[in-house]
Amino acid sequence: MGGFTGFGPVISEPDEPVFHHGWEPRAFAMVLGMSMTGSWNIDTARRWREQLPAPTYWGSSYYEMRHYALIDQMIALGLITAEEEASGHMAQPPKPPRRVPSAAMIPGILGSGGPSTRPSNLPQGFAAGDKVRTRNIQPAGHTRLPRYARGRAGGIVAVHGTHVFPDSSAHGLGDDPQWLYTVRFTARELWSKDTGDAVCIDLWEPYLEALA
Amino acid sequence: MPHDGHHDHHDHEGSELSPLALRVKALESLLVEKGYVDPAALDVMIDTYETKIGPRNGARVVAKAWCDPGFAEWLKTDATAAIASLGYMGRQGEHMVALFNSPSTHNMVVCTLCSCYPWPVLGLPPVWYKAMPYRSRAVIEPREVLSEFGVTLPEGKQVSVWDSTAEIRYLVIPERPPGSEALSEEQLAGLVTRDSMIGTGFPKAPA
Repeated sequence: MGGFTGFGPVISEPDEPVFHHGWEPRAFAMVLGMSMTGSWNIDTARRWREQLPAPTYWGSSYYEMRHYALIDQMIALGLITAEEEASGHMAQPPKPPRRVPSAAMIPGILGSGGPSTRPSNLPQGFAAGDKVRTRNIQPAGHTRLPRYARGRAGGIVAVHGTHVFPDSSAHGLGDDPQWLYTVRFTARELWSKDTGDAVCIDLWEPYLEALA
Repeated sequence: MPHDGHHDHHDHEGSELSPLALRVKALESLLVEKGYVDPAALDVMIDTYETKIGPRNGARVVAKAWCDPGFAEWLKTDATAAIASLGYMGRQGEHMVALFNSPSTHNMVVCTLCSCYPWPVLGLPPVWYKAMPYRSRAVIEPREVLSEFGVTLPEGKQVSVWDSTAEIRYLVIPERPPGSEALSEEQLAGLVTRDSMIGTGFPKAPA
């Protein structure tokens, strides 16, 4: 999304409630609940959202969009069928997931979360202060290198250790942990603007090359 | 494709529920029938983010950082541990970084790729944070976006926008408002707004 204009002003709602419609908390909790069953990881869920038809992705509210992606994902995994989704009733036997957390387990699961750090023997390629350029790559699937920051020069401002690499993880290819850095890009480099402003982006080493 | 149906006009005249609401309800019935989710567990998740986890958590982190230089230093070196010491941790806050505003720099957080947000300290994100205008424009015209929040920065102050593309989650520590010297930590927490911790606002002025 970054760098598009034409969506109009940002409209902030004073004293906004956490949810706006009765169905939103149920839809939110189903996405969260299914994510706890061990059927997929966070990167795969993001890939399914990005795979929604563009008009659905762009034209739906947040909870609505996530609901449609959840349905697609469960159908693809054989957890439900389209007919069952339409009727709301079971027609095929269930495909038991790895775990179904009880109410008592939820505070513990939410409180421990799911860290993305993983050990790796890969050498650290860059250090704070190094100059780098993002690769101008156009992966067909899920990636976390924003389009607006491809082929751009920046500087490493933080090193975060080795983390799950979404480009691999989202496609069922394993964690493939890679070094993660925060890279700072000037507004001049990204947008040819001399405002003195900057954008800092978290990027994995395979997205970067050394800038001589 | 299952999502193609949502524009259809089903025959729900007289029903209080929209087609989408009915569809969500139907899916929950199905998932419960299949044994994939426990509805009581879903209730706990909803209650957690409706009543327990929200921006008051982050406000306490900020107020403590203003009062306790040792805590502020800890936030700078290991924000995840410093924030966890106040009991705020877990999902969508596994790897925290605190961004300190200063006279020369204003920090502002966005997720252009989806809607990543530091849940343990701020709760679930507001609609505008997840909507296209903010996600698309925050990186290319941050000052115009800030002006829509009524925020104008002094001459010479630089904006750093942080795009949350990985699992690092950012919490902005705004500058302590002038005239707040005599306030207690608890009173200071009352000045800290949600938007000031995203970087689209300032803390309230002391009364």
